[in-house]
Amino acid sequence: MEAFFFLLLAVVSIFSGLMVILQKSPVASVLFLVLTLVCVAALFVMLSAPFIAAIQVIIYAGAIMVLFLFVLMLLNLQRFTEGAWSRFQITGVVVAAVLAVVTALLLRAVPLPADSGFLRETPGLGSVEAVGLSLFTEYLLPFEIASFLLLAGIIGAVILSRRRP
Amino acid sequence: MDLSRFNLITIATPLVLGAGVLLVMLVDLLSGRANRRPAQLAALAVVLAAAAVCLATWNTGGVSFFGQVSGDGFASFFNLIFLAVAFLVILAGPAYLERNAIHFGEYYSLVLVSVMGMAFMAAGTNLLVIFLGLETMSLALYVLAGFNPARQSSNEASLKYLLLGSFATGFLVFGIALVYGQIGSTDLARFSAYLAGAGDPFAGYMGAGVALLLIGLTFKMAVVPFHFWSPDVYDGAPTVVSAFMSAAPKAAAFAAALRIFYAPAESLGLPWERILWILAALTMTVGNLSALNQASIKRMLAYSSVAHAGYLLLGILAGNELGAAGILFYLASYVFMNVGAFTVAWMVNRRGEGRYDLGDFAQLGFRRPLLAAMMSVFMLGLIGIPPLAGFFGKLYVFTAAVQAGYVWLVVIAVLNSAVSVFYYLRVMVIMYMRENEALKDVDRIPATFAAVAACALMVILLGLIPGSVLDVARAAVASMP
Amino acid sequence: MIISLNHYLVLAALLFSIGVAGVLTRRNAIIIFASIELMMNAVNLAFVAFARHWGDVGGQIFVFFIIAVAAAEVAVGLAIIVVLFRHRETVNIDKVNLLKW
Repeated sequence: MEAFFFLLLAVVSIFSGLMVILQKSPVASVLFLVLTLVCVAALFVMLSAPFIAAIQVIIYAGAIMVLFLFVLMLLNLQRFTEGAWSRFQITGVVVAAVLAVVTALLLRAVPLPADSGFLRETPGLGSVEAVGLSLFTEYLLPFEIASFLLLAGIIGAVILSRRRP
Repeated sequence: MDLSRFNLITIATPLVLGAGVLLVMLVDLLSGRANRRPAQLAALAVVLAAAAVCLATWNTGGVSFFGQVSGDGFASFFNLIFLAVAFLVILAGPAYLERNAIHFGEYYSLVLVSVMGMAFMAAGTNLLVIFLGLETMSLALYVLAGFNPARQSSNEASLKYLLLGSFATGFLVFGIALVYGQIGSTDLARFSAYLAGAGDPFAGYMGAGVALLLIGLTFKMAVVPFHFWSPDVYDGAPTVVSAFMSAAPKAAAFAAALRIFYAPAESLGLPWERILWILAALTMTVGNLSALNQASIKRMLAYSSVAHAGYLLLGILAGNELGAAGILFYLASYVFMNVGAFTVAWMVNRRGEGRYDLGDFAQLGFRRPLLAAMMSVFMLGLIGIPPLAGFFGKLYVFTAAVQAGYVWLVVIAVLNSAVSVFYYLRVMVIMYMRENEALKDVDRIPATFAAVAACALMVILLGLIPGSVLDVARAAVASMP
Repeated sequence: MIISLNHYLVLAALLFSIGVAGVLTRRNAIIIFASIELMMNAVNLAFVAFARHWGDVGGQIFVFFIIAVAAAEVAVGLAIIVVLFRHRETVNIDKVNLLKW
């Protein structure tokens, strides 16, 4: 059962991932990205990370992708298409293909440790309580740094999009 | 809950900077539409306060926040470097920003936020903190690079920086993920303990993890082959920002690299040495050869900073205490030379933002002898002529590499330094020899001039007392947990 | 068939490589940006899989922060792209020819 869902989600996410980079229209590309994100969120649930899965759907697939679509609609970018492929782009495909094969083989070849916690579920892992508790104890400092990261993002977006007087 | 686990002393300097960001924004908001002076003064005060706090808490922090940060002498040393750069670009900046009609208070808050990120890169003892510090720094830099939206090249520089920077971040976090997968933690102490104990350090996911981590970091350092963004970005960005970008973030990237790789360098063994050897040789050679025929002073300085990243890699490759302390000394002198040179470049620019020609320096030696003399100090310092600071930086790093047995690489480095003499001296030749250009006079800007003079003074001063500064750097390296 | 850690990792590696291919081949800045999000997402998948492997919540926390970083990057990046569009009526980086790639 688990294998079936994994394979289904894997196939759909790879397909939609390919569609992200193959679509001519940016809007279609972004919509396929949303599909990939939702598939990955479903995989998160299978990997006992329900909270992260919820965040992924709400923030990533929700807010960030809406921002993408908003900008696309605002600029009305549908009418732009790309020209023929350059030598650089063909090199890019080769590089990416080599990267895919090499990393996949590397990862496939790693022997699994005998006591992998992967098959026996750790109780309570990834619950809102567990994530929240460690976020406000062990990871309190990174949490506060992230607030300044977002502040930098806010200042940046404001200053960049300010129209000249 | 045990509150002693949150020792605020360890993060005192970035804490002051964080509060300062908010203060500067508030001051800017309250000080009316056209007046940016209060924001600048507030930013200068914040930097000075942070420097005072940094000195007061020097090497007193220790590891805190559940092993996330360490407020040791290493962090303090780098904080002082970042704060010095921030002070100089905040002091020198307004004249440039006014000239281009982009004087907004956000400049100051972005510089401070970015320095805060750097402080966490230098202090982080967990890959998560280093990653977040790096992103905070980079995000502010992407915006600063595009700080002149009216100029298209500034906008393109920021787009290019952002796209390539996030691309590199992808590699960096994938690397962190694989390291986490191998050791079950992103804690650096666990990382070096694992590598010290492992028979094959690159077994499992670790090999790919370390490689990807290295790609992400070398991108930020602008090491060949991941340097190609830097000339374009430094060239397109507003020049005050280029001065900042070529100095402080490079120092921060090396701080993070030392944090991560200094302790486990020995256990990484031969493949690691070979890769770094090739990267260092390539970076020096490509940087210097590309700098040779640049007509724009900004591009020349950009390629020269690529070459300097190559020399600095020698210190990491050496992996000994002198190498690490040499990097600290090198960076402390390098930032002043680079900030000074970029600042003089925009002071003498008389053809408008679009053209930074080496010809701008013509006759500078006769018209503004003091400015020309200071520019000569920067150029000679970048070459590494004794008794300037640049010489001792190179001396320490190269000696460390020889001690570690990389004689051939040091030979390449010395040859490269000889090549660099050509393009650095060319600036001086133009300043003192070329006469035929009829250009209008260089503006007199007291604050900016003071900033340049401070840079020149530091380059000379660090050259006069290199031994004691190196001792501080050695103590800083030794204080790393 | 038992789904193991390595199955998830290979999936993550493939998604990552697709993202890399997108960045290197597409010329539309927004699609390049979407490809970078794809890469980040592959990393998130690897992190969550490792978190399950170690029974440690730290990997999931890291994903939390990656999502925050991605949000900030997208906000700034799209603002830059909007400014670019105002200048040149294009988001194709090929036509952004003042600076060479």
